[in-house]
Amino acid sequence: MNLRARLHRHGGLDGVRLADRTASHAVAELVKAPADREMAQRLAGRSILLATEGQMAAAKAMLVLDGLARRMLLLPPGIAPEQLPAIVRDAEIDLLVTDRDGPLRETLPDLPCITVQAASGAAPAAAPLATEWVLATSGTSGAPKLVLHTLEGLVGGINTAATPEPGTVWSTFYDIRRYGGLQVFLRAMLGPASLLLSEAGEPVSDYLRRVAAAPVTHLLGTPSHWRMALMSSAIGALSPRYVRLSGEIADQAILDALRAAFPRARIAHAYASTEGGVGFTVEDGREGFPAGLIGSRAGIEIAIRGGTLHIRSQRTARRYLGSEAGPLMDPDGFVDSGDRVALRGDRCHFLGRSSGMINVGGVKVQPEEVETVINRHPSVSMARVKPRPNPILGAVVEAEILLHDGQEAVADPAALKAAIIAHCRAHLDRHKVPVSLSFVTDLPLTPGGKLLRTPS
Amino acid sequence: MSLRATLIDEIETITRDQGKAMPPLTDELVLIDTEFDSLCFALLVARMEDRFGIDPFSTLEIADLPVTLGDLIALYDRSSLAGAA
Repeated sequence: MNLRARLHRHGGLDGVRLADRTASHAVAELVKAPADREMAQRLAGRSILLATEGQMAAAKAMLVLDGLARRMLLLPPGIAPEQLPAIVRDAEIDLLVTDRDGPLRETLPDLPCITVQAASGAAPAAAPLATEWVLATSGTSGAPKLVLHTLEGLVGGINTAATPEPGTVWSTFYDIRRYGGLQVFLRAMLGPASLLLSEAGEPVSDYLRRVAAAPVTHLLGTPSHWRMALMSSAIGALSPRYVRLSGEIADQAILDALRAAFPRARIAHAYASTEGGVGFTVEDGREGFPAGLIGSRAGIEIAIRGGTLHIRSQRTARRYLGSEAGPLMDPDGFVDSGDRVALRGDRCHFLGRSSGMINVGGVKVQPEEVETVINRHPSVSMARVKPRPNPILGAVVEAEILLHDGQEAVADPAALKAAIIAHCRAHLDRHKVPVSLSFVTDLPLTPGGKLLRTPS
Repeated sequence: MSLRATLIDEIETITRDQGKAMPPLTDELVLIDTEFDSLCFALLVARMEDRFGIDPFSTLEIADLPVTLGDLIALYDRSSLAGAA
């Protein structure tokens, strides 16, 4: 069943709103059957590139295009115009739905185009299709990968049977045109419950003030998003009932900090990825996940192969698009997440991305493991660990650190650096201890809200 | 602090941090015969680079490989002069 039909089935859309910084819409208005049958015919069966400036326009279009289009590619922000021709070719796009012009249109001169405004008025499909949803993952380099999902797979991890608590308002630091944000959009719409959209470039404190004013009850982001939020003066005004982290390793330091900030909230860290879909959610406040989750459960199988987490379920993506794209899953249907894990007693811990390993004279060092230790130091807000070329060992480890109180507040930076190194030495193998530290005023995040890692 | 004094100071710091027992640091000392291992060397090179901006090991000929502590100090001395020239 397509998105619009699912919303209609609920009926009770009273008070359910979709809002951003400048506008607020009743969802019932957005999905009430518009009369534009001619537009529906123009969109029916097309493979559509949905390229909007902001998230609100994308949300409106998604509600209408699901069921009409054969395929819908959600273009995330930050894709360079020169990458578009390859994306259009690989995804076999034959129609552009957009509210943008300029470079975007100039790179795609031959592609037919309909405005989002016009498309959003389309009548529902006479014969609804199972629209393919395509997400573009932001790789660290090169062209984005195009990941094909079905709506059934995307919503497979969402409990649509339960009625949301009254007054539920979702919001997320994520952009809804990427997997994590799309999950929040779909959770809200299928609830149904209200959703407050974030906005690119909006200062964290401004966004959090909107979150507090709404008031948002369910707030989601990456651990990096949350570390930024906890440094904001606006954090005290928030009173979420549900706090969720995903997209990066949730270490004990951030889980404890959130517990202290929101003593009454449910705090969950979830494991999900664009390719692997929603894996599982942990709510016991401890880093890692129970070893009991490995194996088969209803709807999902989790295995550790070659040290990385593998997932097989109906919630994983189906395949990559493009003639040069490799297979998304192993022949037996398992998706390799690339996330390295280790079993310690009854707990499984994330070590980091298999691609991010630092080789210190043959000793493999996972940046995330070192960051986790540094982040436990009371003065540290967050750390980024990276390789530093070294003529003796090939590479050694160095770290950039964002302090809670800013480096200006530190009376003796050298002493603090020595203390952090001593803290690392007490908790890490000697090859993993950073050779050098620097205090920085900012650690950049990727457009997806993850700590930006320079390719090594 | 002179280059020699800095180098010896760093070696002492590193060996203390790494829990290495070292004989007296004389010019004749053959470092590789002590507990000063490859990680200690790597740390030393990185710290000297941080302090003086020089890394003689990155462009080293085999014949120049330092054997004794005195060789190592001489290597850094040459590198720092070359850098200053």
